Amino acid sequence: MAVLSFTDRGIYCPAGDFFVDPWRPVDRALVTHGHADHARPGHRRYLATASAAPVMRHRLGDIPLETIAYGETRRIGDAQVSFHPAGHVPGSAQIRIEVGGEVWVISGDYKLEQDGLSDPFEPIRCHAFVSECTFGLPIFRWRPQAEVMTDINAWWAENAAQGRFSLLGAYALGKAQRLLAGVDTGIGPILTHGAVEATCAVMRAQGIALPATVPVTPDTDLKAHMGALVLAPPSALAGPWARRFGPAATGIASGWMALRGVRRRRGADRGFVLSDHADWTGLNAAIRETGAQRVFVTHGYTAVFRRWLAEQGYDADIVETAYEGESLDTATDQP
Amino acid sequence: MKRFAALFTALDRTTKITPKVDALAAYFTQAPEDDRLWTVALLSGRRPRRAVTTTRLREWAAERAGLPLWLFEECYPVVGDLAETIALVLPDPSGTSTASLSDWMAEIATLAGMEDSERKARILAAWDRLDRTERFLFNKLLTGGFRVGVSQKLMTRALSRATGIDEAELAHRLMGDWTPATTSWAGLIETPDPAAQQARPYPFYLAYQVDGTPDALGDPANWLAEYKWDGIRGQLIVRGGDHFVWSRGEELMTDRFPELVAARDFLRPGIALDGEILAWADGRPLPFAALQKRITRKSVPKKLLAEAPVVFTAYDLLEEDGQDIRQRPLSDRRARLNAIIAALPADAPIRPSPLLPFDDWAALAETRSGARDIGAEGVMLKRADAPYLSGRKKGDWWKWKLDPLSVDAVMIYAQAGHGRRATLYTDFTFAVWHDGELVPFTKAYSGLTDAEFREITQWVRRNTLQRFGPVRQVKPEHVFEIAFEGIQESPRHKSGLALRFPRMARWRRDKPVAEANTLDDLRAMLAAWG
Repeated sequence: MAVLSFTDRGIYCPAGDFFVDPWRPVDRALVTHGHADHARPGHRRYLATASAAPVMRHRLGDIPLETIAYGETRRIGDAQVSFHPAGHVPGSAQIRIEVGGEVWVISGDYKLEQDGLSDPFEPIRCHAFVSECTFGLPIFRWRPQAEVMTDINAWWAENAAQGRFSLLGAYALGKAQRLLAGVDTGIGPILTHGAVEATCAVMRAQGIALPATVPVTPDTDLKAHMGALVLAPPSALAGPWARRFGPAATGIASGWMALRGVRRRRGADRGFVLSDHADWTGLNAAIRETGAQRVFVTHGYTAVFRRWLAEQGYDADIVETAYEGESLDTATDQP
Repeated sequence: MKRFAALFTALDRTTKITPKVDALAAYFTQAPEDDRLWTVALLSGRRPRRAVTTTRLREWAAERAGLPLWLFEECYPVVGDLAETIALVLPDPSGTSTASLSDWMAEIATLAGMEDSERKARILAAWDRLDRTERFLFNKLLTGGFRVGVSQKLMTRALSRATGIDEAELAHRLMGDWTPATTSWAGLIETPDPAAQQARPYPFYLAYQVDGTPDALGDPANWLAEYKWDGIRGQLIVRGGDHFVWSRGEELMTDRFPELVAARDFLRPGIALDGEILAWADGRPLPFAALQKRITRKSVPKKLLAEAPVVFTAYDLLEEDGQDIRQRPLSDRRARLNAIIAALPADAPIRPSPLLPFDDWAALAETRSGARDIGAEGVMLKRADAPYLSGRKKGDWWKWKLDPLSVDAVMIYAQAGHGRRATLYTDFTFAVWHDGELVPFTKAYSGLTDAEFREITQWVRRNTLQRFGPVRQVKPEHVFEIAFEGIQESPRHKSGLALRFPRMARWRRDKPVAEANTLDDLRAMLAAWG
């Protein structure tokens, strides 16, 4: 029997009478991670990992949120539920649901590469796997994070040597902290946009070690920080906020930067191909390792990826959801 | 190829002019002469002949990448560029190559004459020795297209800095149909061969669009006006016993317009005219569609010659008696031109673009408003005392086009864009009302701001009724003003008509769907201006 059904409010588990990452208000919501398209306001009860909770509270306010540790099993109605690392951002989880011996796993968003910050992705054996496929085309194949960080460091160092700021656009939750943890802090100071700093503060408070940052305010003495790396949401790079830095070099860190055309449309000088989502190789590996026969693809290049999976022998279907994956066009990555 | 790839990377990493010129000037100083020459050729739009069909390239790339062909084909529109798609899907190379750009160009030239199996082996071997950027460039060169965000003007500026030769002089030396095979760095750039000059056209001067009205141009007495024709910009040159017809894209079109051979009989050699090639009958231009049939054919059948005869409508004289007179004021060049053309018989296929008399801007506006009725698309304004400049420079030449035609239409289908717009819905199909139904009549891709494209993309995702492959049928809810330059009959389209240069002029959020235009409205436009 089907462990999950797909409704217009979200992914529903009848046996436990709960939803996973619903996009309309429900009674009980299990949430994979704190990004705005997965964690939405208005539910009566929330369940998320202990490490995802601080960011969710920060973004959604005083919500009725219960937490659970990775690997801990909990019974909800007739369903056994547990959360497992998805490697997407700190606190992100896949949710394993077992009903009468049948196991289904909802991946949320995930990546396989270890980013040095998030708990690494853990393959979970299951009968059915609900997968994202934001980058589900073979044109998306990431280079190792260390190589990308080397490029970013070289770019920053060159700009710093010329006395220019390096404005780097990155998601405020996840990507920005991943960059912070990965760049060479010996090159210079690091400034942050308010949206980035807020998330950093939340993560520091929960014990995640991040290098020192200087939040940019109207009073910040920019001359004292010449050559700094400036982390901001991508949308802030083109706006009035960025003008204070004068003729700065601009870059964007995103999986979409793999495409020359997208990079050019964004008008950034440099695109660094760095994503918190699995690439083509990663998606295929993750699905293989679950041992699942049934695969549901939720967001991304769903039609193409479904057909590919079907040709590989999977029983594959598309599920229409309201998830967005990695979008360059989300205003500030806030609800 | 490594040096050329480094140049490309430097050019591609910035949108600013100065670092681009710096990178190019350094390259033109340091690279081997053969590589420089090829780079000048490529950046001025001179492409090698296509050595392999894109169908084969797709098959070989998919095979090498271990992908079914359909999956490769799905990737291509997302990337928007075949060369890049191939570079992205191929497995990492197992080796490297030190061959230079000109070595690779020679390799590509030899591919054309090979058996398919050998060609495939060579190309697979190349892919296996080139990194991602080099592969992308190699594929670009293989498929014949090459645009990297460097205008010819910018390249000429860098070349001028590297060689110390004046920019305008360089621009002239680079004109014509030379290829790296027919010339050398020295022969083209440093000490041009006079024999090669015989056919060489002058760089074209291009106009800017008037912003609103021409009031800001000052005293109307300083300006000459003529109609803006909707044809093919060209130069007609007679030197020695030969004549040459050049397009603005520096393509030699002499054989496509055999009528113009008459220039040899009528014009004194050592002459270069600037003007517009128009399909012409009964004293007025035929619709652009008639001329279009002529453009696509290298040789012209008799029937088409009779149906769509062309004339060269001249509006400037650049060379007279072998002398470059571009520095003389326009009024003087115009007087000389008029004198030359006045001496021709009335049925000669060379005719003047008449000067339009006007005393003030209001009078010219009046003339302009009737331009569509005589088959023109507006008026041109040219400063009477200006020399003939090259390229697009603001100040002396202005086009004052008629406002486009427009209709309000309903968006019914949406498709994601290509390349730089792959993450957005940007390609839309629009419909007008007919018998209570929405009938599709045009597609449009441009005209909205990035913010508007983002907004409509969000909306499309949430309001999809049906999917047909990459195409989404959306709720008929949004009205857009579609602007276009012309309308013509088209039995191939369901609506029976086709638009020229359709684009979205405005998102009419104020308009309910019921108030969009009708097919009858479009038919009325067709009857008036088609």
